[in-house]
Amino acid sequence: MLRTQEFNINFGPQHPSTHGVFRVVLTMDGERIVRAEPICGYLHRGMEKLAESRTYPQFIPYTDRMDYLAAMLQNWGYVMAVEKLMGIEVPERAEYLRVISGELSRLTSHVLATGVYALDMGGFTGFLLCFREREKMMDLLEELTGSRMTLSYARIGGVAADVPEGWLDKLKKLMDEMPGYIDEYDGLITGNEIFQARTKAVGVLKPETAINYSLSGPVLRGSGVNYDLRKVKSYSIYDRFDFDVPLGENGDCFDRFFCRVREMRQSVRIIQQAIEQIKEIDGPIIAKVPKVLKPPKGEAYEEIESSKGIIGYYVVSDGSNKPYRVHVRRPSFINLGYLDEMLRGYLIADVVAILGSIDIVLGEVDC
Amino acid sequence: MIDNAALVEELRQKFNYIEVNEQSTVIVPKDKLLEFMQALKDDYALDFLTNLTAVDYIDENKFEVIYNINSTAKGYTLMVKTSVDRDNPELPSVFPIWGGANWQEREVYDLLGIVFTGHPNLKRILLDYDYEGHPLRKDFQWKGGRE
Repeated sequence: MLRTQEFNINFGPQHPSTHGVFRVVLTMDGERIVRAEPICGYLHRGMEKLAESRTYPQFIPYTDRMDYLAAMLQNWGYVMAVEKLMGIEVPERAEYLRVISGELSRLTSHVLATGVYALDMGGFTGFLLCFREREKMMDLLEELTGSRMTLSYARIGGVAADVPEGWLDKLKKLMDEMPGYIDEYDGLITGNEIFQARTKAVGVLKPETAINYSLSGPVLRGSGVNYDLRKVKSYSIYDRFDFDVPLGENGDCFDRFFCRVREMRQSVRIIQQAIEQIKEIDGPIIAKVPKVLKPPKGEAYEEIESSKGIIGYYVVSDGSNKPYRVHVRRPSFINLGYLDEMLRGYLIADVVAILGSIDIVLGEVDC
Repeated sequence: MIDNAALVEELRQKFNYIEVNEQSTVIVPKDKLLEFMQALKDDYALDFLTNLTAVDYIDENKFEVIYNINSTAKGYTLMVKTSVDRDNPELPSVFPIWGGANWQEREVYDLLGIVFTGHPNLKRILLDYDYEGHPLRKDFQWKGGRE
């Protein structure tokens, strides 16, 4: 009789599939995982504490550094909370520009998630393929905001600048090509037999569990829960666009991945409609906002649907020009909360599949 | 679909120990917290705890703990607040009701030092295990290095 005992494996902190510094201590029984202990905090910078010594507009660029793959959406969540606190009405054209830039940001995030997930599963071509389109979108975003990754475009009361001359035509051209590119991903990655074998029936998440553990975004919708804040709350001007909420059926890694791919098509649809509608709308891109922002005493909580899930900002004002307290509800952080139970019973190769399918960004997890 | 005002009104009539402020935030006393939260989940379909955080009000010598709860089926949202004494910050964990409280309560414990009784694994999550102090408290002092 062979003597067996449990042993520990450190997965990370520098594992390529974690996309940042994140460690999971796996307790193994042979090849099966018995327990997993996720350890985060390697990138913790104390952003919430930093916010207390910055003025309200000064904190906007800090939000980009959280989810740097969809920075526009982080900006948006923060400025929405401050606008609610101050009771600022955002001009219509600014709302359209936010939707266009936000959805473009979501596309870059999903394209990256798709490509990197293909790489995690051993497909290097898929990775390169996705970066080809991501570059084009990043070029457009660079032209709009001046930076490629930590985009800071939303301002309290509106957006920083109007679109450059001819920018919308370039965007329209790219969006018309995009469905063809997404078909390519479907053919190369989604349809790949090895990819399917490694992701189907792995990391299965029941809808009740997903709701109970406050998971959000494609992780929640992959389990078949129809909950998208863009539809449920239709914040900003999302009620003016016609789009669907893609849902998964089995709640496995494949469904979560596939939800993202199909969400890309919906984002393309939203951008196309927004480009058509914005032509009719002229006017200011930022509301009349005082130079020094001093919101009245009080608190505001606003949440939006980001590429990773629900981003919520809780801002407390004590009447001065600096926030008394800022709390960020980071989707990546909360989506990891169920990781331990989710990994149990699977093989070590499945850790990569499951972790990749949650699509975390460590800048956001640690904040 | 979203009718928050009606929900808050109904809650106000049913639970006589709660208060509602002008922003429609429900304020519940600490000792009734678990009972009230369980009722929210069971009777009002508020099944999704989106946000859990706390604020240090040092002048009033209290912490305020904030819960933002959504309903995936009905679409409405609710903000619930409770306050705990700053000298003895202890309140029951809502982990048995919503699993999503697991990491969020650990984060609040880590950064503000509020103890959630009944939490299965209450330990530091973002900071180092042997770190002393809770940085988000208003009287927190940096040790060494920069100001």
